[in-house]
Amino acid sequence: MEPEYILGNEQVLEQMRAMHPFDETVIQFLDEISKRLLKHPFAKEYPDLVTFGFWCRRASVMEMEKSVSWLPPAREHGVMGRGIVFHIAPSNVAMNFAYSFAAALLAGNGNLVRLPSKKFPQVDYFCDVVKEILKEHREWQTFACFVKYGHEKEITDRFSEISDVRVIWGGDAAIREIRKSPLKIRGKEIVFADRYSIAVIRAEDYLFLSEEQKKQAARNFYNDTYLMDQNACTSPMLLVWLGEEETVQRAEELFWETAFPWIKKKYELQAVQAVKKLQAMYRMAAVPGAVLVKNKNFSDNRIVRVKVPELFSGLMDYRENSGFFIEYGTTELEDILPVLTERCQTVSFLGNSLKEELAELVKKNCPSGVDRIVPMGKTMDFSLIWDGYDLIREMSREVGI
Amino acid sequence: MDDMQEISPFSLEKKEKKSYLDRELFALSKKHYEKCREYRAMMDMQGCHFDQAGSYEEIPFLPVGLFKEMELRSIEKEEIFKTMTSSGTTGQAVSKIFLDRETASRQQKTLVKIVSEFTRKARMPMLIIDCPSVIKNRAMFSARGAGILGFSIFGSKKAYALMDDMEIDWETVTSFLEEHKGQDILLFGFTFMIWQHFYKELLKKKETAGETLDLSRGILIHGGGWKKLQKEAVSPQEFKDALKHVCGLSRVHDYYGMVEQTGCIYMECECGHLHASIFSDVIFRRAEDFSVCDKGEPGIIQVVSVLPGSYPGHSLLTEDEGVLLGEDDCPCGRKGKYFKVIGRLKNAEIRGCSDTYAADFSRR
Repeated sequence: MEPEYILGNEQVLEQMRAMHPFDETVIQFLDEISKRLLKHPFAKEYPDLVTFGFWCRRASVMEMEKSVSWLPPAREHGVMGRGIVFHIAPSNVAMNFAYSFAAALLAGNGNLVRLPSKKFPQVDYFCDVVKEILKEHREWQTFACFVKYGHEKEITDRFSEISDVRVIWGGDAAIREIRKSPLKIRGKEIVFADRYSIAVIRAEDYLFLSEEQKKQAARNFYNDTYLMDQNACTSPMLLVWLGEEETVQRAEELFWETAFPWIKKKYELQAVQAVKKLQAMYRMAAVPGAVLVKNKNFSDNRIVRVKVPELFSGLMDYRENSGFFIEYGTTELEDILPVLTERCQTVSFLGNSLKEELAELVKKNCPSGVDRIVPMGKTMDFSLIWDGYDLIREMSREVGI
Repeated sequence: MDDMQEISPFSLEKKEKKSYLDRELFALSKKHYEKCREYRAMMDMQGCHFDQAGSYEEIPFLPVGLFKEMELRSIEKEEIFKTMTSSGTTGQAVSKIFLDRETASRQQKTLVKIVSEFTRKARMPMLIIDCPSVIKNRAMFSARGAGILGFSIFGSKKAYALMDDMEIDWETVTSFLEEHKGQDILLFGFTFMIWQHFYKELLKKKETAGETLDLSRGILIHGGGWKKLQKEAVSPQEFKDALKHVCGLSRVHDYYGMVEQTGCIYMECECGHLHASIFSDVIFRRAEDFSVCDKGEPGIIQVVSVLPGSYPGHSLLTEDEGVLLGEDDCPCGRKGKYFKVIGRLKNAEIRGCSDTYAADFSRR
């Protein structure tokens, strides 16, 4: 059983060697990708391609390098990549693999990337661009091999055996499957398991926004949720409204009323999703006091909201995607602690000083979860600290002298 | 509802049927609301307390999938007479439906009423196009087994056309046909089984040995859906033509039904339309807001039935898509809605990082 090499080959794999983090050639290579993606004729049609293009341009990479605060002193000793990083991308997100790849490359590694199994035009364009660059710069060839293959365990076995780091995206099920293939003895693994995220909105601050700002908030919220079928680990599944009951109610109403036209225009709901959400709603009848919220001025299956009277640790097991929101109103931010479980990834916020308050809450209570606190609309922004991992640190090694 | 057992199952016009269904289904809703704790919570969470009667179309519908994840019943454990399970491919969750004696008996009576409208006889020799082992385990019915057992009441004498290895049992079949020569016989089976293990074998026999079975006096009732045959690109008409070609079978009726509402099946008439009897109804709903579709507009199929007294399954949202063709005016003369089932709702390709990887695995 042989994988299909989209880029590179077995020989290239054998020649891969570790480099220093943020190696100049790597920065140059990524900047080259950025330039070509941004002027790609199809760029406009694929915003995710453009987003990546901006993310990997020189200026942005230099910023990222600066943010890795431990790096300069470590350099005194000698920091280098671990060797080969084997990336297993999720099958249903187009550009995720590119970030994973770029992060590992910046950490100083050669890369073996299993591309998403689903066909995405963006992925093809990206691969074409990289191919083109590598044709012109043969010295960069050892940066990457891109492969496609099904679920053949023999191939995963073989790749795992030669890799120093294995990165698995795609959640619990994927991790469980791939872990059947043993790692190299000194190999390490970074896994991105199933996670959920929540959003906190201060009702008063929301109400205070101008109409235009409210619309922008709606678009931001859309990008955090519906854009990925509310099925990314970063998508908020729970909305926590901070404020007195009456204020919360007004804010909620206005928030959904403002978001609705945008959601209706942009989001195509398939029948199966509508049925699944109805089922999820009924499942929540087991949660004491849970009620279905009926929107005042519209009724549409794109938005299903269930309000709960309290937050508890098992609550998020009731989550569902494709526009299913559990909501909770309170005056006390501390109420969110029970849902900040090990599975909680991102807390996004809308409201003044909420960032500080959330950070304070997390620092004070050390909950088992929460890896990121970001403004609403930014949940999908990729950073080198992801899911609680410092990716550069995880994928490099330091010589103790 | 028992008074309805006296009249023809396709005799009520829209208005009469509606007032009957409004009454019966409201009473059932109220009963389940009182007797089934989970159902009550589900209704309470949406502010539905059945304080006053209304149109049956407004009664909330439970997705059939719920019966796969929880045990819903409105009777005490001791009253369970039998438990039906849906057929699921291995590893999949199955529906669990709890019947008391009364519900089970109503299901059977209703089935007889509906089917004999098409067969014109209550009982006749019956050839089951399946293997005998499918009903052996009586404690846990599969949908296939339950269908066969349910329909067995129509058989004055029964024989199985297939052996346990799914090969045609030629000896049994020929001697059965010999014995009942000149009589109408009932044939029953699952659409795909019939195609795969019966039709294809008959065709082979006809083409290689020039031998045929004479089933010109047969009435075939088949169900279970077209999903697998769609994959082989066999249309309902081709299915009928093909059977006629290999064995002269001309009376063929498809039916639509599910284990969650056993008894209330929807039979295909001579015009090729599925019909709702007075004991049940179909409503087609838009995915966008669950509003009711217009005639001719495809939608998610909701089924209501007056039979489920022991479990809150009187109003269900299926995972099938269908379309209303008309009401009270089918050329076959039967009253009530007539419709077509389009098939299973398309599986959504959902984005997001939690993967389809596992699903890919289980499908391998």
